[in-house]
Amino acid sequence: MSNRIVNWFKFASPQTFYPLAGKMIPWFWALTAVFGLVGLYIGFFVAPTDAQQGEGYRIIFIHVPASWLSMFIYLIMAFWAALGLGFNTRLSGMMASALAPTGALMAFLSLWTGALWGKPMWGTWWVWDARLTSELILFFLYLGFIALQSAIDDARRADKAGAVLALVGVANIPIIYFSVKWWNTLHQGASVSLTRSPSMAQTMLWGMLLMALAFWMYSIAVSLTRVRAIILERERHAGWVEELKELKS
Amino acid sequence: MAETSLLSALGAVIRRDLLLAMRRKSDVLTTLFFFVIVVSLFPLGIGPEMAMLRQIAPGVLWVAALLATMLSLNRLFAADHADGTLEQMALSAVPLGVLVTGKVVAHWLLSGLPLALLAPVLGLQFDLAAGSLGVMVVALLIGTPVLSLIGAIGAALTLGVRGGGVLVSLLVLPLYVPVLIFGAGAVEADLGGLGATAHLSLLAAFLALAAFFGPWATTVALRIALE
Repeated sequence: MSNRIVNWFKFASPQTFYPLAGKMIPWFWALTAVFGLVGLYIGFFVAPTDAQQGEGYRIIFIHVPASWLSMFIYLIMAFWAALGLGFNTRLSGMMASALAPTGALMAFLSLWTGALWGKPMWGTWWVWDARLTSELILFFLYLGFIALQSAIDDARRADKAGAVLALVGVANIPIIYFSVKWWNTLHQGASVSLTRSPSMAQTMLWGMLLMALAFWMYSIAVSLTRVRAIILERERHAGWVEELKELKS
Repeated sequence: MAETSLLSALGAVIRRDLLLAMRRKSDVLTTLFFFVIVVSLFPLGIGPEMAMLRQIAPGVLWVAALLATMLSLNRLFAADHADGTLEQMALSAVPLGVLVTGKVVAHWLLSGLPLALLAPVLGLQFDLAAGSLGVMVVALLIGTPVLSLIGAIGAALTLGVRGGGVLVSLLVLPLYVPVLIFGAGAVEADLGGLGATAHLSLLAAFLALAAFFGPWATTVALRIALE
């Protein structure tokens, strides 16, 4: 309408988003490096040794950010999916499918580091705790999304089918979480309590937050790289792709 | 007038699907025998101690019911999609959601209901008491419609897709987790003397939610598949 209003829809087109993403990616990588280095330094050298858990607790600086991101990325994926279904924008579907592998990776990392942490602390690789179980199911939901999208050849249909699945999944996540929680309390299984978090030293918290930011920036950088690849793949017949400098050389 | 025509359309779809299934009984019976065989395999794998079997019976029966329902999902839309009936349904004056609901109801009558009626017989193999068998049947009667409703979404999403049969399990089984927990939990609570009312109420809540949102999501997914 007028020049003062930011045109939010300008970058909704793959053609304009592709160069923008290309410009943003190095910045997010730089932020990943900065946050990651400072976070790791605090995690390994500044944060005190835990009174109960010794040095082993330091895996928290990987484990907690990965768990947060795995849940958060599913929400973002569902957000893009809803946007794509509602407004029929092509880029939204591409964003959702670009986010899924990173989300699955985070869920896997969270489970893996959780097992590595659990072995020395509780003496077992795995307990059927509510949070572990729902993280595992979240991982399955990511796999289902990726499998569905890769099974459908028509990209537009893959986007929309994936979007429906992501939305059904996001509506189910709270139900699954509380089911598993109640199931666990009924069974009275493992005696370890994960919910009673020990009071955390201030430096530990800072290290964890910085690592979370690093993971976050990494996820954005990787997803943007992936979405650029998806754009190129799907728009390879478009005129603007053939005029790209990096493809001409 | 409008309501009666919607209801008659719903009835017509249910009758049609039931009739088609009666003409090809083997499809329905195969799923049922699958259920029986899977349940009967567990004692062979685990051993015949009755105390142990009684403890695992609810879980075994429910997991087998989940798998059997999942196996029958592909006949929900696939045949109609192949011969073009589904497109006619999408084009008809009756809202697609109503027809989808009819198909889901028919699917439940052919898979969930027989499973629930068969479960007590299999429960006897696991030495469940009569009261627990009753709870098992009620839980299956409430829970299996949820399986059909959620499964319909998966079946619609994978319609005409490469490897749809295996894919649907990956999509649908994680979403079945709450039903499995509370369905098996109802019987376990009864065995433990806690009373199954809370579990059954939660199952009924899932049914209400799934009955409201399920056909709607399935309709959206079908329209995507038919585009």
